[in-house]
Amino acid sequence: MEENAFRLEEKLTAWQIGIALGALFLGTWFGPLQVLEHAGLDLYGKLAPGIQSYYQGLSLHGVLNALVYTTFFISGFLTYTTVHSLQMKLRFPVVNVTGFLVMALGLVMAAIPLLLNQATVLYTFYPPLQASAFFYIGLTLVVVGSWIEAVGLFFTLAAWRKTHPQERTPFIAFGSVLTMAMWLIASLGLAAEMLFLLIPWSLGWVKGTDPLLGRTLFWFTGHPIVYFWLLPVYVSWYGMLPKQAGGKLFSDPLARLAFWLFLVLSIPVGLHHQFADPGIAPLWKGLHTILTFGVAFPSFMTAFTVIASLELGGRARGGTGLFGWIAKLPWSDPSFAAQALAMLIFAFGGIGGIINASYNMDLVVHNTLWIVGHFHLTVGAAVALSFIGITYWLVPHLTGKDLWSARAARVQVWSFAAAMTIFSASHHYVGFRYGVPRRTMLGAAPYFAPEWRPWLVVAAVGGILLWASLMLHFVLVIGTVFGSRKSAARVEMPVAEPLRASAETPAWLDTWVPWLVAAIALIVLSYGPPLAHMIATADLSSIGMRVW
Amino acid sequence: MNGLRIDSYEKVWMLASGVLLAVFLVAVAASVFQGFSLPGDEPRLDPTRTMVDPPFAQPAVVERAPGRYDAYVRVQIWAFVPNEIKVPAGSSVTFYLTSPDVQHGFMIERTNVNVMVLPGQVSKISARFDKPGEYLFVCHEYCGIGHHLMSGKVIVTPKS
Repeated sequence: MEENAFRLEEKLTAWQIGIALGALFLGTWFGPLQVLEHAGLDLYGKLAPGIQSYYQGLSLHGVLNALVYTTFFISGFLTYTTVHSLQMKLRFPVVNVTGFLVMALGLVMAAIPLLLNQATVLYTFYPPLQASAFFYIGLTLVVVGSWIEAVGLFFTLAAWRKTHPQERTPFIAFGSVLTMAMWLIASLGLAAEMLFLLIPWSLGWVKGTDPLLGRTLFWFTGHPIVYFWLLPVYVSWYGMLPKQAGGKLFSDPLARLAFWLFLVLSIPVGLHHQFADPGIAPLWKGLHTILTFGVAFPSFMTAFTVIASLELGGRARGGTGLFGWIAKLPWSDPSFAAQALAMLIFAFGGIGGIINASYNMDLVVHNTLWIVGHFHLTVGAAVALSFIGITYWLVPHLTGKDLWSARAARVQVWSFAAAMTIFSASHHYVGFRYGVPRRTMLGAAPYFAPEWRPWLVVAAVGGILLWASLMLHFVLVIGTVFGSRKSAARVEMPVAEPLRASAETPAWLDTWVPWLVAAIALIVLSYGPPLAHMIATADLSSIGMRVW
Repeated sequence: MNGLRIDSYEKVWMLASGVLLAVFLVAVAASVFQGFSLPGDEPRLDPTRTMVDPPFAQPAVVERAPGRYDAYVRVQIWAFVPNEIKVPAGSSVTFYLTSPDVQHGFMIERTNVNVMVLPGQVSKISARFDKPGEYLFVCHEYCGIGHHLMSGKVIVTPKS
């Protein structure tokens, strides 16, 4: 292919990564405000009337960091990984560009009410708290835009398969498109909640809504969304990081099998977020427990395959002995270090996840600060720190410029990992030990107990360090785009070769229909009866309220 | 597995992972067989009538049998009604909770009582209080600007 064959794709990706980073930049500022409030120093009063309350800040933090940063980063990243991996341009670029524009329009529509304190409903927006209709319509457009982009990638993969009938889809493209397919199915719950419940209700077309049905449709999407965040990271850990470490993908077929298992098992698990809910028979909660333990399995597989792939790299670089290869890994490469640290942190996040998904143990930690600690380890560190690592090759690759400062990037990556460890460990501890509630303006709570204070101060130190580390991240990105010189040789997208040629991978691991059928069948089995019961007994009489 | 080659170490790892997850599941199942239960599917209420219909119009604590209490609690913006529940040590208390307005939570410290409270639904959960003392309960779901003001206590008095 000629030089710069992917000019349009690069531009599309750069725009989406840029918007993602802009959202993260804004959202990050509320982190220190929250931890300081918990530790006894409320700065929110000084921000009025710009930001009117702790809860408005918390809503912005959740929506911008967890929903906007992730969705835009992933849409941009996977567009690029797909076309680069297939070595084929987008089949219908107009589809992907349209998807992006719809997402951007949705973001603006949702951001305005958020900033005007008209959508202080946190990122779960449980009814009957009622935000401005623009907030719901905007978020829906972000989701629909991501679907359009997904369809654009499906067309592209289909066209590639038509012209390469005998070949296995390259792993990176396979994982990227599978992630979008999973997301498309998973986000149907959220779309249904928006279209049938929240949008008509917030526009005043119907009088009331059903809170339990809303929650259930939300969590249909709310758990698989974490796999939508995680699977792009797995694309990088399996398909790119071994190359960065000087190794090879240890097992191409098992990497694919893990992805198929995620497609099948990511969705029928959402009720584990509703163990404490009334109105859902325990039988279904139990079934979702079993399936959640099932979806842990491909992550165990990932741990083996990815670490074995890195070991190949460490040994190729001269490492010997049982653990000697670890020291030989390219720790001075900030992109590698970020993702290796993310992996280490994710081990703890995964163990916590198994605790949370346990039918009985969840009641000890449900809605306490433990959960906040948990998702900062998983999405806040495993996912975000991996995205940061990816950014450190992707931005130089897209701009053709050197990373502004590798040394500063190393400081950024290690300080982020350390800060997140401090932040998350203290949150886990106070949540577990004292049952301190999450999503609460603790400093103003009359029941605040003095023994919470030292741990919340530690959490504040972690939170402020995290903010500082992220600011350095933005300096690095901006410095690279505007300050760095052109690279002598372009930084390439890392593509790990499989240890055994992927031609040896059996065809059933590159065949879509049976896996899609299995995924849908399992959703029908696990969600069909409880959802049907809930719809049959639905009571649309809860009136919307704005009580913030 | 047609044509799938798996490294022997990886086979052992996968088997061990599967066994580990199965052991965890057995442990969870054991708690269920010993009587652990989650809140479930209670009959629905009309959320627009929560403030006027019994039992939540005037929620109260009722002694059903010696040492067995039913505690009806209305969870609303931004208070628990009642916010003090007094029982003697050694009592078993079954809580019935609902909300007339938005979603709330209910968690009692040092117990396994931890439920969501939704308009139109009744959350039922039980606990036994053996040790005298005060047990704080709080709302743990965001419910508006006064969310952090919601708390109450179970007061467990020494056995007379």
